[in-house]
Amino acid sequence: MQVEEYKPLIVAFCCNWCSYAGADLAGNNRLAYPADVKIIRVPCSCRVNPMFILRAFQRGADGVILCGCHPGDCHYTSGNYFTRRRMALLFSMLDYLGIEKERTRVEWVSAAEGAKFAATMNDFAQTVAKLGKNKRLEDLRCRK
Amino acid sequence: MQRIGVFVCWCGSNIAGTVDVVAVSEALKNEPGVVFSTNYQYMCSQAGQNIIIDAIKEHNLTGIVVCSCSPRMHEATFRKTAAAAGLNPYMVEIANIREQCSWVHKEMPIGTEKAIILGKAAIAKVNLNAPLVPGESPVTKRALVIGGGIAGIQTALDIAEAGYEVDIVEKKPTIGGKMAQIDKTFPTLDCAACILTPKMVDVAQNEKIKIYSYSEVTEVNGFVGNYTVKINKKARYVKEDVCTGCGLCTEKCPMKKVPNEFNLGMDNRRAIYIPFAQAVPKVATIDANYCTMLKTGKCGVCSKVCTAGAIDYTQKDEVIEQKYGAIVVATGFNPISMDKFDEFAYNQSKDVITSLEFERLTNAAGPTAGKLLRPSDGKHPHTIVFVQCVGSRCSSCAEKGKEYCSKICCMYTAKHAMLTRDKYPDTDVYVFYIDVRTPGKAFDEFYRRAVEEYGVHYIKGMVGKVSPEGDKLMVRASDLLANKQLNIEADLVVLAAAIEPDKSARPLATMLTASMDTNDFFTEAHPKLRPVESPTAGVFLSGTCQGPKDIPETVSQASAAAAKVIGLLSKDKLTGNPCVAQSDELMCNGCSSCERVCPYGAISYVDKEFRMPNRTTVVRRVASVNEAVCQGCGCCTVACPSGAMDLKGFANKQIMAEVDAICK
Repeated sequence: MQVEEYKPLIVAFCCNWCSYAGADLAGNNRLAYPADVKIIRVPCSCRVNPMFILRAFQRGADGVILCGCHPGDCHYTSGNYFTRRRMALLFSMLDYLGIEKERTRVEWVSAAEGAKFAATMNDFAQTVAKLGKNKRLEDLRCRK
Repeated sequence: MQRIGVFVCWCGSNIAGTVDVVAVSEALKNEPGVVFSTNYQYMCSQAGQNIIIDAIKEHNLTGIVVCSCSPRMHEATFRKTAAAAGLNPYMVEIANIREQCSWVHKEMPIGTEKAIILGKAAIAKVNLNAPLVPGESPVTKRALVIGGGIAGIQTALDIAEAGYEVDIVEKKPTIGGKMAQIDKTFPTLDCAACILTPKMVDVAQNEKIKIYSYSEVTEVNGFVGNYTVKINKKARYVKEDVCTGCGLCTEKCPMKKVPNEFNLGMDNRRAIYIPFAQAVPKVATIDANYCTMLKTGKCGVCSKVCTAGAIDYTQKDEVIEQKYGAIVVATGFNPISMDKFDEFAYNQSKDVITSLEFERLTNAAGPTAGKLLRPSDGKHPHTIVFVQCVGSRCSSCAEKGKEYCSKICCMYTAKHAMLTRDKYPDTDVYVFYIDVRTPGKAFDEFYRRAVEEYGVHYIKGMVGKVSPEGDKLMVRASDLLANKQLNIEADLVVLAAAIEPDKSARPLATMLTASMDTNDFFTEAHPKLRPVESPTAGVFLSGTCQGPKDIPETVSQASAAAAKVIGLLSKDKLTGNPCVAQSDELMCNGCSSCERVCPYGAISYVDKEFRMPNRTTVVRRVASVNEAVCQGCGCCTVACPSGAMDLKGFANKQIMAEVDAICK
């Protein structure tokens, strides 16, 4: 019997200057990645409050990925350094709470890296799909 | 409660091909706040925009969602549309259902489902939007051009022509760049110096243009219209305003064995030097690495012979701070290093040279006074092999070369081959190529003349190895069309080295927060429609710092960049970005967390009086955001432990609502 692959729900926060543009470039070049990935535009990856990530997991997201400019290339000079440190803390805390580290990721994608964006999303979606449904933080009151 | 209108664009078949646009507009009809929903073939067209304007007026809409292409493409368009209908432009949200949906998902049901979710997220966000009014900032009417090659020169001249002040910062002692080293230009065979040097003189004489030669940009602060730049003017140990450029010192200096970088090390210069006769500014420079006086304190010949008294051994680097409204990057290119290409024996034989070295060898002002002589023994070469694509189009050898086509090599090699045969008809000239690429005005005709009129042997195939044997160079190559191996005994081998962005470009991009591609070329704001602007407002691109280009293309781009700068500087005020941080003073506990993370120093603390319920007042220290300085990154919003700091346009509640809509 063939088991249908689990379709995960993935929230991707993309900074406006690099990664959102990288996602647009992936689109321009018609580089496919799973539709499970839904992108939210933020001015900088450092705008992503840990609350947003907790909320996503609470509401049933299976994976959350943050994409920003490469270190040193942040449009706002230093925003992605804060992202890197904040998320290192948050992700290890989430891991402790039972949200596996594979469900969370920070990735640097520049505006010129459409191919990297698509490859990253393909890889992340596959990884999360293998882990299956995230039940740890899910708020049952939010269940459909 | 908002009254929201939803407008789903087909984008011809770009969206409608993989997204059922009718189903999307139907599905979004019942979302909270939505009172109107429709779809149309091209929302960005005049007719499409009229649909939006009419709907805003007819249904009294307070917010709109356009499901279309990326907001990076048409957000500005639809904001203008909303404003035309009397709606605050910041009440517009875009659901990106083209680049991030229809173009990357191939199946209609999947694309449609995702488009609906993206639409719902945008609706959830716009429900919480508030009208925003951007602030205004003044414009410093002065431009900075970084790099003094032909790109920087042309940009500066055009900006000055419009009446604005321009500063050129050039790291070398003279402006002129690569074009000053070139002998002739293709396809017209103009003498490069004859068309460049008058422009250099124009720059020197133009009272609107100031040249900072032998200088580098070390720090950039501020934003579009209001940059503050620090320029390090390196000590040249010669007073620029006193030196007459007579050149006596450069003849008398006893330190004769300094490799002359202008001739790519093929001859020597003195420790005090003027790079070439037409240098601008024509001022001597002392090379501190070689000057005996500066190293040991014993010499002083140049100071003795200088009748103007321009030599100053005590000169120090000087830091100049200047304000600018716009910055143009024109940092140019360099040929890549040949160190990793052992197969061509570049480091083993003096007679294996790069094309730029060949330019100097054929230049009348070069090391051989324009006679084509072998660098090793000064003899006239009878067989010359040109190798194209050395390090270009090198997908399999990316660790030593470049994946891209350097664009100019086919044409300059044809030029070199033609000129050699013209001057020395007794010379056999071979050109090895992968393809000959000649897309340009009169380019193919030029190449065909090299083959048909001048009898240059063009051979399709790659050179496998060059090995020095005696005073000859044995070239082993394959002829792909004849399907045979060739062994050519050559006297000179010329490598068309790939070109790469100047090394100074990467740190500069970091200073300017302008983005670069993987090859360190600057990225343009839009590859087709905004080719001379960087994505960072106020930073413009000119010449090969953006990608390989020949001289005519560089000059056109330079003038285009100048036009964009002039457009910017002609404004008295710029409207800022209203999506800035905002602190709720009642919630702020004065902890300073936000102040510490702000990269712009936009947050300060003020003592503020609060009236208490019992009619007493208390004074508390609260954060206050300077809206003119805040760039809206939102870093402070996350640092704030009490949740007092929020970002207009990307508020906590708005992003939360998007998360909720996506995860529903």
